[in-house]
Amino acid sequence: MDTNSLTVAGALTAIRERQITATSLAEEHYRRIAAEDGEIHSFLTLSKEHAMAAAAKVDALAARGDPLPPLAGVPMAIKDVMVTRGVRTTAGSKILENYVPPYDCTAVARLRAAGAVVLGKTNCDEFAMGSSTENSAYGPVRNPRDKSRVPGGSSGGSAAAVAAGFAVATLGSDTGGSIRQPASFCGVVGLMPTYGRVSRYGLIAFASSLDHIGPFTRTVQDAAVLLGIIAGRDPLDSTSADVPVPDYAAEIGKPVRGMKIGVPAEYFTEGMDAEVRTAVEDAIQLLAAKAGCEVVPISLPHTPYAIPTYYLVATAEASSNLARYDGVRYGHRSRESRTLSEMYRRSRDEAFGPEVKRRIMLGTYALSAGYYDAYYLKAQKVRTLLARDFEEAFAKVDAIITPTSPTPAFKLGEKVDDPLSMYLADIFTVTADLVGVPGISIPCGNSREGLPIGMQIMARHFDESTLFRLGHAYEHARAAA
Amino acid sequence: MRVSEKDVLYVADLANLELTPEESARMVRDLNSILEYVDRLNQLETDGVSPMAQVSDRYGAPEKEGTAKFEYAMRADELGECLDHKLALANAPESDGAFFKVPKVIER
Repeated sequence: MDTNSLTVAGALTAIRERQITATSLAEEHYRRIAAEDGEIHSFLTLSKEHAMAAAAKVDALAARGDPLPPLAGVPMAIKDVMVTRGVRTTAGSKILENYVPPYDCTAVARLRAAGAVVLGKTNCDEFAMGSSTENSAYGPVRNPRDKSRVPGGSSGGSAAAVAAGFAVATLGSDTGGSIRQPASFCGVVGLMPTYGRVSRYGLIAFASSLDHIGPFTRTVQDAAVLLGIIAGRDPLDSTSADVPVPDYAAEIGKPVRGMKIGVPAEYFTEGMDAEVRTAVEDAIQLLAAKAGCEVVPISLPHTPYAIPTYYLVATAEASSNLARYDGVRYGHRSRESRTLSEMYRRSRDEAFGPEVKRRIMLGTYALSAGYYDAYYLKAQKVRTLLARDFEEAFAKVDAIITPTSPTPAFKLGEKVDDPLSMYLADIFTVTADLVGVPGISIPCGNSREGLPIGMQIMARHFDESTLFRLGHAYEHARAAA
Repeated sequence: MRVSEKDVLYVADLANLELTPEESARMVRDLNSILEYVDRLNQLETDGVSPMAQVSDRYGAPEKEGTAKFEYAMRADELGECLDHKLALANAPESDGAFFKVPKVIER
């Protein structure tokens, strides 16, 4: 059977009906990885022993005719910023080159408990800092759809793995767009849930008020299933929300007729890529014409201030979170330091990459005495203004649709020398992180050169159901068109 | 020019980074370029706007006030499971089996 583009439901059915064993399914994925990932470089570590043991457990249950857990045998991979007990975790950095975590990320533990087979850890920008995966200390990932181009970032490996058939679904993380943008560049579905919907325990921290864990999948339905597994209050993460988890998969069937879709003027500016604009506008029109949605022009006036706000808040929080990498308890330690202070400074300077250093410096500067009010505090106030934009919008509409990224995937090396130009790639995604609303990127067409284009849907806090219903309705309408 | 080489050295000191001269020079350029861009936040009037440090500041239990909003995140102050000592030391760059070993702290 063709295991290249299975959905979660497809994999589960195949295993339940004994068309294939979990062991064979895992082995086929590993064969494909061995044959093709040399070029793409989506994986950093393969965890074959753990994976085959998990697959064997599922096969034993299936052989006895016992009921199977909800993700039984589904081959998955995890972005290397989430710790996996006993399996090397690097965060894409040399500073953790040999780090083997003694504990599991909650989201990963929940997937494992549901029977998923974790094939390995995927490549990413160092400490999730980047928009192209070119900041990985282990070399970039190539976009499976065009290998001269980036897969997006920072979760480039996780997005590419799904696009290339190396895993049925993966987990990534999103702080400024790092799930949605690579999903858009690679032509897959990428979901960033509401802040606090999924526990951050075990997610190596970049910016604690902005970090999210979420899935990459081939369909909206799969994203709904996975969210149902990983979402929910975790006592180990005090910011994980005490909000009940709906049956997302059941919500998908509900009609979207009459739903109001907001289209913000600030995301459809003069001079944006014409093909991106057309693809997204066509998608919105399809939802209006075929699914009975109402299109409402809206404004999110503080949008132009989102990127500067993000690059102050995120870097400030990162400077604090990355202070723990000091060579004392784990990670790289510089040889031959005579004093403790030398050890801290050299270990960090030797093993952090340039983008990480840049952000630590910017964040430290923004928080330092004399500058705190002008930069960090100011940014936190603008964050409130952005939140108010969304509150006002959601009083009028149920969902907001925008392009995910201003352009399709750019070429490897195109933006590496200009940090600011790279930062501007996040322009449509950062606001959702700052405000905490959920967002999903769904493939909505290709450019003339065959590059995937994604549309982003955002909804109110904890209203992922709306994202799934609209996304599924769009997939359906597009297939029928 | 907002940030000088001296500022970069001072901030690197705060951040415990020992930058090479090339890194320092590049950092002066990059920081100035980024700070010039983020300066546009000053176009916005924010007197009287309260800062939003946490999403849950605005979206925590809306019917509760103050610390009561975060009751769900509290637990009893009781001893729970601890990380096994050997596991805790397993990634240590240097250890004597009981502690993490580090170079002597020398008074400046």
